[in-house]
Amino acid sequence: MLQRLFFLLIVRPLVLIVIGLNIRHRERIPLTGPAIVVSNHNSHLDTLVLMTLLPWRLLPRLRPVAAKDYFFRNRLLAWFAVHIMHIIPLEREILDRHQDPFAACSEALQNGDILILFPEGSRGDPEQLSTFKTGIAHLAKRNPDVPITPIFLHGLGKALPKGEAILVPFFCDVFIGDAVRWSGDRGSFMTSLEQEIKTLAEEGYCPAWE
Amino acid sequence: MLSHITPSVLAALGGVLGILVVASLIAALLKRLHPDKNYSELIQRIRSWWIMIGIFSGAILLSRTASILFFAFVSFLALKEYLSLIPTRRADRRVLFWAYAAIPVQYYWVHEQWYGMFIIFIPVYLFLLLPMRMVMIGETKEFLRAAGTLHWGLMTMVFSLSHAAFFLVLDGTHNPAGGGAGLVLYLIFLTQFNDVAQYVWGKLTGRHKIIPKVSPNKTWEGFLGGVGTTTALAVLLAPHLTPLTLVESLGAGLLIALGGFIGDVTISALKRDIGVKDSGSLLPGHGGILDRIDSLTYTAPLLFHYVYYLHY
Repeated sequence: MLQRLFFLLIVRPLVLIVIGLNIRHRERIPLTGPAIVVSNHNSHLDTLVLMTLLPWRLLPRLRPVAAKDYFFRNRLLAWFAVHIMHIIPLEREILDRHQDPFAACSEALQNGDILILFPEGSRGDPEQLSTFKTGIAHLAKRNPDVPITPIFLHGLGKALPKGEAILVPFFCDVFIGDAVRWSGDRGSFMTSLEQEIKTLAEEGYCPAWE
Repeated sequence: MLSHITPSVLAALGGVLGILVVASLIAALLKRLHPDKNYSELIQRIRSWWIMIGIFSGAILLSRTASILFFAFVSFLALKEYLSLIPTRRADRRVLFWAYAAIPVQYYWVHEQWYGMFIIFIPVYLFLLLPMRMVMIGETKEFLRAAGTLHWGLMTMVFSLSHAAFFLVLDGTHNPAGGGAGLVLYLIFLTQFNDVAQYVWGKLTGRHKIIPKVSPNKTWEGFLGGVGTTTALAVLLAPHLTPLTLVESLGAGLLIALGGFIGDVTISALKRDIGVKDSGSLLPGHGGILDRIDSLTYTAPLLFHYVYYLHY
């Protein structure tokens, strides 16, 4: 309830009016769970935009996978992350080799939820694509039937980059790719996923920002 | 509620509604007569017209303040599309923030009917302020390009367009037939009509390219046909919506037809320079907001100062 209100009154007006989306291939958005959505990551706005892209009825089923150390650093942020954003906290540093860091993710997929994942691991330099971490391959291998939809976002890193508090409006281009599945091999899976996002990035026009 | 609207403005809005209904019927008929042809772009385009005209008419009928807010919002969308399209510098994020902040301020001067401030705020004060803010950040690489493109954007998307809103606050006693809303309607309707007329004349009779390097589909036939039709309509509508005399309305029609054409090809040149076909996808069938308001960036200030000089 609180989540719906927050999205209706704050997130949707922010994303649709202040920012504004140019969406390419809207028909490729997954309409049911379980599913995984992966995208490049440049801004806190990425998660909010991806969550408004998916159908409104699925909102409670959306689970952004987010760094535990970052979002649990104080109680207010932790409350917001858990109760409003419904995140699945992820340990970025593996402490116990016998424990599966993605256990909670697999469990959510079995419940029919939709995971939102940023394989770059952190927001990094604005509007720059960094190497993907292989956690997504691990998750895909465990859940080979789950479709993985790659999405490329452009513009949000300009609107609200890492380390900036003031939002400056820029249109956001959203390129949605065809869903991929586990290929049987980690190396080829990671290459195809990265290639998919790079191809989406080349589809659009991104003005220089230096 | 409707005290700020004269009967002839209401009639003109009704006329626009009638044109839309006819256009929708023709599109439906074409689709039925030629089921094998693809009319989806035409239909999308007309649907977008319904939404744009619906919001515009709603704002005009609601109140003067609502109409001013409408134009402020159009300026915001246009500036955002422009700044998303052009290369900008990372260092200038905060400068861009001040450029956006200028929009509510500029339209506040309009609302307060402060003509002196309205006319110098962007050309003088922001022209001086934004480069100063850039210098304070200290990035000198590409400084000239950044300062120049930002100011061009503000002049085009905010200063020029805000002239359409200033019609609304002009003294109504000078224009008993239409009032402020009448002049706005005259400007917007003739500008958009001129776009359509030039397009249709070009499609039907166009052969000689007028400016092939910038806009290869524009022809002399389309341009002259548009000038003729728009000027005729400008003369017919003037007594109902404006204080212009017969001869003056002839000049207004020429100004809108010529200005509209130049505004259109100016934005075309911008898009060609950047290498995009449409400025965005905000208005299905049209492209982005810049594709729709391109002509208005020239006609709004031109018609405003023409009428202002002659009658206010």
